[in-house]
Amino acid sequence: MSKLRMATVWLDGCSGCHMSFLDLDERLLLIAEKVDLVYSPLVDVKEFPLDVDLTLVEGAVSSEDDLHKIRMVRERTKTLVSLGDCAVTSNVPGMRNPFPLQAIYDRAYKENVTLDPQIPGEMVPPLLAKSRPVHEFVTVDVFIPGCPPSADTIFYALSELLEGRMPELSAKTRFGA
Amino acid sequence: MAKAANIKTLKIDGRDVSARQNETILEVARENGIFIPTLCTLKGLSNVGACRLCLVEVKGTARLQPACVTRVEEAMEVTTNSERLQGYRRAILELLFTERNHVCAVCVSNGHCELQSLAQKLEITHVHFAYRYPEAEVDASHERFIVDHNRCILCTRCVRVCEEIEGAHTWDVMGRGIDAKVITDLNEPWGSSQTCTGCGKCVHVCPTGALSEKGKSVAEMLKRRQFLPYLTQMREEDRS
Ligand code: SF4
Ligand code: FES
Repeated sequence: MSKLRMATVWLDGCSGCHMSFLDLDERLLLIAEKVDLVYSPLVDVKEFPLDVDLTLVEGAVSSEDDLHKIRMVRERTKTLVSLGDCAVTSNVPGMRNPFPLQAIYDRAYKENVTLDPQIPGEMVPPLLAKSRPVHEFVTVDVFIPGCPPSADTIFYALSELLEGRMPELSAKTRFGA
Repeated sequence: MAKAANIKTLKIDGRDVSARQNETILEVARENGIFIPTLCTLKGLSNVGACRLCLVEVKGTARLQPACVTRVEEAMEVTTNSERLQGYRRAILELLFTERNHVCAVCVSNGHCELQSLAQKLEITHVHFAYRYPEAEVDASHERFIVDHNRCILCTRCVRVCEEIEGAHTWDVMGRGIDAKVITDLNEPWGSSQTCTGCGKCVHVCPTGALSEKGKSVAEMLKRRQFLPYLTQMREEDRS
């Protein structure tokens, strides 16, 4: 039986959702029997591949780089899953949104810096005016709220998706869970 | 004792139920174990019909009726859970989430919030509308309490409990529409309020983390609401 091609992506989040995924512990072996992890911050592949069956995305869309990535991921993925509150609601990354972008930059790169304060123009991707949930940019197929969703929730969702079923998530998790 | 003539009979979701004549649809539904979602109503306070979550269909009228302020009538036929109503309820809740900045993960009321638990109960896993991300104040000037307008849903429970139970009327609502907000005194810092007695009733009736006690961290703010029915019951004679 050919294995399902799975990926995970890390946008503007704290990596907590990935940690919770790792908390599947020995259940990761059950998942590994059924999937090939073709791209993830947890594996050493640099380019997001073509023809991915299932992608879990952690984090809000906050920078031009995030936006570029999520559009590409969407194009190359059959089933896209928003994993965790940052992807689903923009959550903590979104707490900067009431403030103008310049105030954010000044706070981060000038006000709290004593040595040569400057706003980076290279290497660091420019921020979008607002940090927003993934589904405000691309179509999302499954939503798993939670900060982070528990390992049990992730395992349940993956097990269902791997069997070709839609998980019923509201009984298992909620915003802030 | 209710006299026989004061009993009304009606149908809720096809079930025959009986009610005292002054009861609201919501009260009768609850007595019969029929769930209608609510946010602004609270037993022991007057009803204002602010949140519209309790809208139900009544046969013979095209308009939806808020169950918390609609009195039962003889032979009424009420529907509480049609697909149309479910759609409206989800939309109302989703709009509440977009209107202010409810970041559940870092809220004092995480896990004990009526907005959050209702969203889960109505199977909301994400919000279909664009979030507004408004700039909203946090007033921590009071010695013991905090008001975080990011988390207020304008249910006006605080306003009602302060006026009706405590008799202080420190809280009120200022502005209209999207600019509406709850205020203390004449929009002055809570800490310098001349009328606030510091009783804390507003904090405990608030359904979200908008009102909290100082010193509480994420998920630590547990609200106690049991006091309210007792207080009103004890005062019933004065009030009638
Ligand atoms: S502060 Fe709390 S009780 Fe008062 S209107 Fe806002 S949500 Fe309701
Ligand atoms: S509970 Fe009826 S309108 Fe809020």
